[in-house]
Amino acid sequence: MSVLDSKVPHGPLADKWTEHKNHINLVNPANKRNIDVIVVGTGLAGSSAAATLAELGYNVKTFCYNDSPRRAHSIAAQGGINAAKNYQGDGDSNFRLFYDTIKGGDYRSREANVHRLAEVSGNIIDQCVAQGVPFAREYGGLLDNRSFGGVLVSRTFYAAGQTGQQLLLGAYSALNRQINRGKIQPFNRHEMLDLVLVDGKARGIIARDLVTGEIERHGAHAVVIASGGYGNVFFLSTNAMGSNVMAAWRAHRRGAYFANPCFTQIHPTCIPVSGEHQSKLTLMSESLRNDGRIWIPAKLEDAEAIRAGKKSGVDLAEEDRDYFLERRYPAFGNLVPRDVASRAAKERCDAGYGVNKTGEAVYLDFAASFLRYGKIEALTSGHKDANEAEIVALGKKVIEKKYGNLFDMYRNIADENPYEVPMKIYPAVHYTMGGLWVDYNLQTTIPGCFAAGEANFSDHGANRLGASALMQGLADGYFVLPYTIGDYLADEIRTGAISTETAEFDAAEKVTRERIEKLMNGSGTHSVDYYHKKLGLIMWNKCGMSRNATDLQSAMDEIAALRADFWKNVRVPGTTDTKNQELEKAGRVADFLELGELFAKDALTRNESCGGHFREEYQTPDGEAMRDDENFAFVSAWEYNENPREAKLHKEDLMFENVELVTRSYK
Amino acid sequence: MSNWLPDRINNRLLNVVLLRKCGNLNKQSMKLTLKIWRQAGPESKGKMVTYPVDGIDGDMSFLEMMDILNEGLINNGEVPVEFDHDCREGICGSCNMMINGQPHGPQRLTTTCQLHMRKFNDGDSITIEPWRAAAFPVIKDLIVDRTAFDRIQQAGAYVSVNTSGNTQDANAIPIEKAKADEAFHSATCIGCGACVAACKNASAMLFTSAKISQFALLPQGEVEASDRVQNMVRQMDLEGFGNCTNTGACMIECPKGIKLENIARMNSEYLKAEIAG
Repeated sequence: MSVLDSKVPHGPLADKWTEHKNHINLVNPANKRNIDVIVVGTGLAGSSAAATLAELGYNVKTFCYNDSPRRAHSIAAQGGINAAKNYQGDGDSNFRLFYDTIKGGDYRSREANVHRLAEVSGNIIDQCVAQGVPFAREYGGLLDNRSFGGVLVSRTFYAAGQTGQQLLLGAYSALNRQINRGKIQPFNRHEMLDLVLVDGKARGIIARDLVTGEIERHGAHAVVIASGGYGNVFFLSTNAMGSNVMAAWRAHRRGAYFANPCFTQIHPTCIPVSGEHQSKLTLMSESLRNDGRIWIPAKLEDAEAIRAGKKSGVDLAEEDRDYFLERRYPAFGNLVPRDVASRAAKERCDAGYGVNKTGEAVYLDFAASFLRYGKIEALTSGHKDANEAEIVALGKKVIEKKYGNLFDMYRNIADENPYEVPMKIYPAVHYTMGGLWVDYNLQTTIPGCFAAGEANFSDHGANRLGASALMQGLADGYFVLPYTIGDYLADEIRTGAISTETAEFDAAEKVTRERIEKLMNGSGTHSVDYYHKKLGLIMWNKCGMSRNATDLQSAMDEIAALRADFWKNVRVPGTTDTKNQELEKAGRVADFLELGELFAKDALTRNESCGGHFREEYQTPDGEAMRDDENFAFVSAWEYNENPREAKLHKEDLMFENVELVTRSYK
Repeated sequence: MSNWLPDRINNRLLNVVLLRKCGNLNKQSMKLTLKIWRQAGPESKGKMVTYPVDGIDGDMSFLEMMDILNEGLINNGEVPVEFDHDCREGICGSCNMMINGQPHGPQRLTTTCQLHMRKFNDGDSITIEPWRAAAFPVIKDLIVDRTAFDRIQQAGAYVSVNTSGNTQDANAIPIEKAKADEAFHSATCIGCGACVAACKNASAMLFTSAKISQFALLPQGEVEASDRVQNMVRQMDLEGFGNCTNTGACMIECPKGIKLENIARMNSEYLKAEIAG
């Protein structure tokens, strides 16, 4: 078992990044013009990286499977973005943001990376405002903040429930500016199908034009993978339908280690599944937990009556309700981190207290907030003798301003009015903390292949705190990668243009074409979705919110069998030389069928409970996660094997020099 | 119903009201007849093809209904209907179906992916077509090429500020909340193209003006306002979109409720820029 070198700079934590930047190699502006960089993915990390690299002078090509970079799934992030600005004067600092993030990740992330993230967080907000991102403001004209789970300060910047949209459109505008200057060539409706290595270095990609079906070769001095997470291995998730692991997995197949695949975030507040036809799940932002209270009936008979449609939640008296998060975790209440909230909801529903037809839903109730905000609004608007109905009406207006789009979305999907009855929510797969292993420079184990944003594993440990994903995506893309990549590219100034007419490109293209042929030539028994849904069910039941050794072992066996069946019997209609969405899906599901098995293997290897990874064998008597720092304070980085259960484990030991490892308590 | 709106739009509003009123009939296992535009490729001739679907539940989204149709086609050895879709939460702007002659279907302020089958009735016949506009050529079936929108944005929809990390503090310039909110509202456009599809002139002015407005309302956008409006409008015209004749159909069909005021603001910005030279 080799030990991985994280290349974390020496020196005091708070000085590492500055010192590192002062000492890494730079590429002079004239030489940058002769260097090409490929960026795969145009979400927050990809767009911001591509724009910044182009500003610096590199020639950039971007690739995305959508018809426009603006449609990357960062667009759907709702709640907000963290930054240690301390505008609220509530004692926030870089160190606090660093500490909360390390603790929130259950001490399974790298100190130096997380501190760097906190350090640049403020710059992100400055940059976005300068770009014209319309964040929410207070009446005085200054930026507004809200709170998110797992922290005790207000450091989250937001734009209604559409923060991801506004940030992505900001990055997209920076991208467009460089496209207009000819510094970025966008390849939209394109998919990366392979990474090409020459002499052990990443030198380009094989891509498919999704409209014409043409297989293309693109050479570059470095390749950045910013293709997002792999939550769709569960079939049902809050990811977009097309979100996939292909780019990252192809890099993995070529030698990039894949880290912590089992660290997956199950988000507590999503709209519950309504039936078998369900194609995806919709998140209700965590920001709603600022104002909504989560509860279930205290008595089993009430829960049964509600499920049978004989009672409604609003009928229950206060004393018949169990606000289980406030009860179990009085210090953080409804704002405990996502993993904790999700497990607590599952525990109550498994015990029979669920409140919808399937028994898998809890209430998220805003009644108390209508009153609280209504009272303030009545007083400040001069209605000092308003009655309760008037107060509630005023309170609803305040809530509408804060979360109107989320309430509308809920009403549309669930066909219930959340202003009148409490929302019903249940946990769903949302974000993947695992991803390509990267060192401090965001370089994978393949020289010249970098990974940014959700596609890498680096900053969130075993659990991601709310409003941290947007922060990490933009930190990587705007402020980290464009500089660290220079350290590598400084050695490339004499390389010259990368030719794609080489044996390596020939070989990679051949493999790609053969793979497509094989997908087209299945016996045609079942559709791609048939396999994807089966895989999702195995993942959800056996690798979901709680896991045990027996289930994980059988998940590995079932996934391996399903994968073999897929390659033999899948049906991909149509041809390869036109737009063919079934072929696109088939390629993605083929990768998920490998990743799923590695995921289960990783979960089986990690004999502890930490963050989103809850092993039933390792829990305290009151059901809290039991971490094992002595044996598992490391990053699992897996070396590819086409039989994922045979993948080789490499470890990066995590050193904690600035925080004390304590039991993560939110009580 | 508003008096100033054309009859066509008033009829649509009426439809929405009627659909809402007869909301809760049998919505468990509906049978529908779909008439769908099929076109094998950009150069091929397209035609409407009729498909029956069965067992449609009111809780399904419109695209989940399409999934069921496609699963059936695949199992029958046929080629499924291709359509753009991705987030299925109404925010990415990918989905774009003309449903019974209305962009994104009968429900206001709703994208196709967020339209639910409870808005339809057992036995309904539903016509599904791609966006129709010269600037949005069909790629396949219901998929159209909307890269013209990207090119309009590339022409000037940005503030020319580099990511140095040395920009001034985010709170250095206070911005009046009402203005910030209005800029935000304009910025919520998802770039789906419903405005173009709804317009008898296939005008892209609502789309273009929303971005111009966002920047015009913010101090950060002021510096380049003049170049921006001129460059973006020039590109919009080059792409072959039509002109605005103030029918207001775009605003009615916009799933995000982008307002006509944006077009007025764009026109005034344009005039200012032209006068200033």
